[in-house]
Amino acid sequence: MIAYLIAVGIIALIYMLLTIGLNLQYGYTGLINFGVVAFFAIGAYTSALLTLGGWPLVPAFVVAIIVAAIVAYPIGLLSLRLSDDYLAVVTLGFSEVVRLAIQQERWLTHGVQGLPGIPRMFLSLGIGDYAELATLAVLVLCNLAAIGLMLHLVRSPYGRLIQAIRDDEVAVEAIGKDPRRLKVQVFMLGSGLAGLAGAFYAHFITYLSPDQFLPLVTFYVWIAMIIGGTGRTTGAVAGSLILMVFLEGSRFARDWIPSVSEVQMASVRLALVGLALILFTIYRPQGMMGSRR
Amino acid sequence: MLLEVNDVRGSYGGTDILHGVTLNVGNREIVTIAGTNGAGKSTLAKAVIGLLPQVSGRIEFAGRDLTGLPVEDRIAAGLAYVPQVANVFLSLTVLENLKVVPNVRDATTRIARQLDAFPALKPRLRQRAATLSGGERQMLAFARALLTQPTLVVLDEPTAALAPSLVQQVFDLVIQLPAQDVAVLMVEQRARQALAISDRGYILDQGRVVLAGPATGLLADDRMAKLYLGSEH
Repeated sequence: MIAYLIAVGIIALIYMLLTIGLNLQYGYTGLINFGVVAFFAIGAYTSALLTLGGWPLVPAFVVAIIVAAIVAYPIGLLSLRLSDDYLAVVTLGFSEVVRLAIQQERWLTHGVQGLPGIPRMFLSLGIGDYAELATLAVLVLCNLAAIGLMLHLVRSPYGRLIQAIRDDEVAVEAIGKDPRRLKVQVFMLGSGLAGLAGAFYAHFITYLSPDQFLPLVTFYVWIAMIIGGTGRTTGAVAGSLILMVFLEGSRFARDWIPSVSEVQMASVRLALVGLALILFTIYRPQGMMGSRR
Repeated sequence: MLLEVNDVRGSYGGTDILHGVTLNVGNREIVTIAGTNGAGKSTLAKAVIGLLPQVSGRIEFAGRDLTGLPVEDRIAAGLAYVPQVANVFLSLTVLENLKVVPNVRDATTRIARQLDAFPALKPRLRQRAATLSGGERQMLAFARALLTQPTLVVLDEPTAALAPSLVQQVFDLVIQLPAQDVAVLMVEQRARQALAISDRGYILDQGRVVLAGPATGLLADDRMAKLYLGSEH
């Protein structure tokens, strides 16, 4: 049971990193990124391929963040030319392009067969079952660092500017700041966090395949952010934990409804998450941590 | 002259909206640009501040050629701009709206000075701008524009979307600006009220200046008043 809880905790913390990154992009700056999973996948495959090629974990993680952020650069540039709705479509399309590229480029990613044998974190230390506990601890530290960074950022002059972009870009230009440059920076920063989350995921699951990077992952992250409260860093934390309670809690619901098969239960879980989103939107549209404005 | 706009043509990327506009603004002057809907008034304001994508002609400010310079350089040169309607950041507090302005030297002192000039904002510093009334939002927009100590403020329809009871309140704010060594170039739909507090005015029609002169002269010109100013409320 403890091993299960640690595993759920690790996944929750990975989702938390993704949600913090998305919250920076959408919650604070207003950039609609429906391609979160693409940067998550890029981070995961980058770190996995590098470590399989003999790189140590830490530099592989750093490169995963950098590659995800660099890939975000041209998409961020596109956001300058597109209105919010079109950026949403472009990023959604981009996430599918990334997934299909992973599927097709077998020489690099092994395609649909997947990438096995990715080194588990802390395994080389010979601490056995404690390796996952150590992973959980490192993820807690990374999330605390990300939360601290976000809280510092949004209270800084830079943070005020990116929140001003969400309100009105022309008014930002009117005070002599170029919103385009800021939007690209924010897009890269959020995507870098998704890349870091991907690296953690790769070295926890130790096997990657394209079907782990479906758009559903992006929508889970959006749900976590909405439930927690957009534009609130604490909301990203609360939202990802609530999401995990719904996803994992619904597994136990099968004990009460034994007539439902395992496959059917997967659909029931999705329905429950959707129901939670609907209920939150109706009864608490500002999210768990948001205040009514 | 502080601002000289010479033969400016401009568009958002397609057909020209401005067809060779020439105008000027002197130190501590209030100059109104009036005209019908679609005459190119707001487009002209954007051309002056640098927000119009395609501009030809010459715009000089304090003897310096601004043509081709980005907005931030024009603001550094002493211009300020208050856009139409969406001119405050609604999710930020009043204080954050003032602090968001970049490159303000000795910002704390200057913010305090603006709060003295607009005392109605003082008790609302921690309030989100979304909770302010229309008049208070305009005060905040003015205070923010004045933080960089401009010598010319471009106001794009400062009374748009305001309740009639608040309109005079905004014009009262505008009329105080020359006393602070600030000239005003104001685009306004409420031409009669705007000209009543202005030194001079320009009437635009289809991207061209069709009438210019002292505000009192324009107000007395029945023919042009009927054509372009309408019956004022």
